[in-house]
Amino acid sequence: MIESRPIATMIAHAILLLGVAIIAFPVWITFVAATHDAMRVTQVPFPLLPSDQLLVNLKATLFATQDSSLDLPIGLMMLNSLVMALTIALGKISISLLSAFAIVYFRFPFRMFFFWMIFITLMLPVEVRILPTYEVVASLNMLNSYWGLTIPLIASATATFLFRQTFLTIPDELLEAARMDGAGPMRFFFDILLPMSRTSIAALFVILFIFGWNQYLWPLLITTDESMYTIVMGIKNLLETAEGDPQWHIIMTTALLAMLPPILIVLLMQKLFVTGLIEAEK
Amino acid sequence: MLKRVHFGPSWLPYALVLPQVAITLVFFLWPAGQSIYQSFLIQDPFGLSTEFVFLENYEMLLDDELYYDTFGRTFFFSIFVASFSLGIALLLAAMADNIIKGSVTYRTMLIWPYAVAPAIAGALWVFMFDPTLGVITHFLDRFGWDWNHKLNGGEAMALVIMAATWKQISYNFLFFLAAMQSIPKSLIEAAAIDGASPSRRFWSIIFPLITPTTFFLLVVNLVYAFFETFGIIHVVTGGGPAKSTEILVYKAYNDGFIGLDLGSSAAQSTILMAMVVIITVIQFRFIERRVDYQ
Repeated sequence: MIESRPIATMIAHAILLLGVAIIAFPVWITFVAATHDAMRVTQVPFPLLPSDQLLVNLKATLFATQDSSLDLPIGLMMLNSLVMALTIALGKISISLLSAFAIVYFRFPFRMFFFWMIFITLMLPVEVRILPTYEVVASLNMLNSYWGLTIPLIASATATFLFRQTFLTIPDELLEAARMDGAGPMRFFFDILLPMSRTSIAALFVILFIFGWNQYLWPLLITTDESMYTIVMGIKNLLETAEGDPQWHIIMTTALLAMLPPILIVLLMQKLFVTGLIEAEK
Repeated sequence: MLKRVHFGPSWLPYALVLPQVAITLVFFLWPAGQSIYQSFLIQDPFGLSTEFVFLENYEMLLDDELYYDTFGRTFFFSIFVASFSLGIALLLAAMADNIIKGSVTYRTMLIWPYAVAPAIAGALWVFMFDPTLGVITHFLDRFGWDWNHKLNGGEAMALVIMAATWKQISYNFLFFLAAMQSIPKSLIEAAAIDGASPSRRFWSIIFPLITPTTFFLLVVNLVYAFFETFGIIHVVTGGGPAKSTEILVYKAYNDGFIGLDLGSSAAQSTILMAMVVIITVIQFRFIERRVDYQ
């Protein structure tokens, strides 16, 4: 803001508040649905203010009881999502750190060949190679397992590029000093490179955790066993059962549970998230 | 890109790239190759007989008017999602850039939809627009609009566009705001001293200076609309009614996993891969150009 224009500032605030209201509205409605009982949710007009049933609904959702028509283990699905998100995030970070280290700090035959091989994965999102990847996973007996859910998604050109970028900014003198003190490559990697890249690692973790948690098509394909369902794909099954007997209060409580962890991570680690997102796309 | 000071050749670098390269080979390159190979085959749904037909799967696709319809629908959907989410995000970012206090607070309140999974975003919107009890359906009903996206293809398309746009605004907003805040304040001050109004300053200085970000976001948004909206469409409409929301990725999935037409699905996947390659090349071309702007 350069000069004082009170009216312009007021208009700016008004537009922003309107934007926030529109963006937040769907989530508010979800929250409201999760605080009412089954009866009220299916009555028209839909309430705009919350009621007091949130804990009851949470309990019914997380620990499905006999009398609720829903028998999907939501608590287990949350756990599966957590395992999947953590494995993908940590897996991507570890293998990308190692390959970026090799490409930046070693001269060896086929170095550029490996670099391009990793680079090309940028062009092959899971959505365009669904069937054959599914067949590979099936032939390796990895259907309905955590391995099948995570390993095929772990290779990441983006993370390798980001770490390569980070390593290139680390002064050469550090390596010279480390070598003079007699440190081998792995000692240098663990004692100098890793501590110096911790901001990039943390920022990338936030992005990759969200990426892993929000996977939909992949778990949909390779899990047929209810005990391996993730919460994000489980919502589809709930909606399908809703065709006959709508359990909207339970569905919306599930939706709330499914979006809570990634939203919390974004809000609590906002600064890391913003730098991570903007760095990763450079 | 290699460090001036580096380690000499040994077995170690091979061991270091091995995990990444092994996963890339097994789960990326091999399936991609399989996909191309399979697109030359016609297999009966039970996998009993396979015939090598070379380009016949592609010929059938290119002769199929429904496939062109899917293409058209995908472009329609993507252009609407990209322009709405870019436009709204640009407006909000320009406003947030213009106020002295509170732009970080607004950022906090606007960025979190990024964290919502597309499928969950779909579930939220389907609930608001449910034909019998949705809160917005009820509101529209007062104006005599009988909303039913389960029967009306246009309304189904509008619904998936809204859900996909809603989810993408926060991402665009973040990048626009970061780009605007990196413009030196002295430029804006100089323009203000010369008497340029805020809107004049926006269109003559800020908007041209963030052009690289806008181009970058345009590419990202198109890729998002092409591929990552699968979850939204699967949850909200399932491609229906009568294929009115079936985009390319959805069709490749549907023909392969539901219709078991493996050859055609593989040919569609190959066409999609070619499209990603083209988009990536354009993006990199442009990233090279981006350096010139600075």
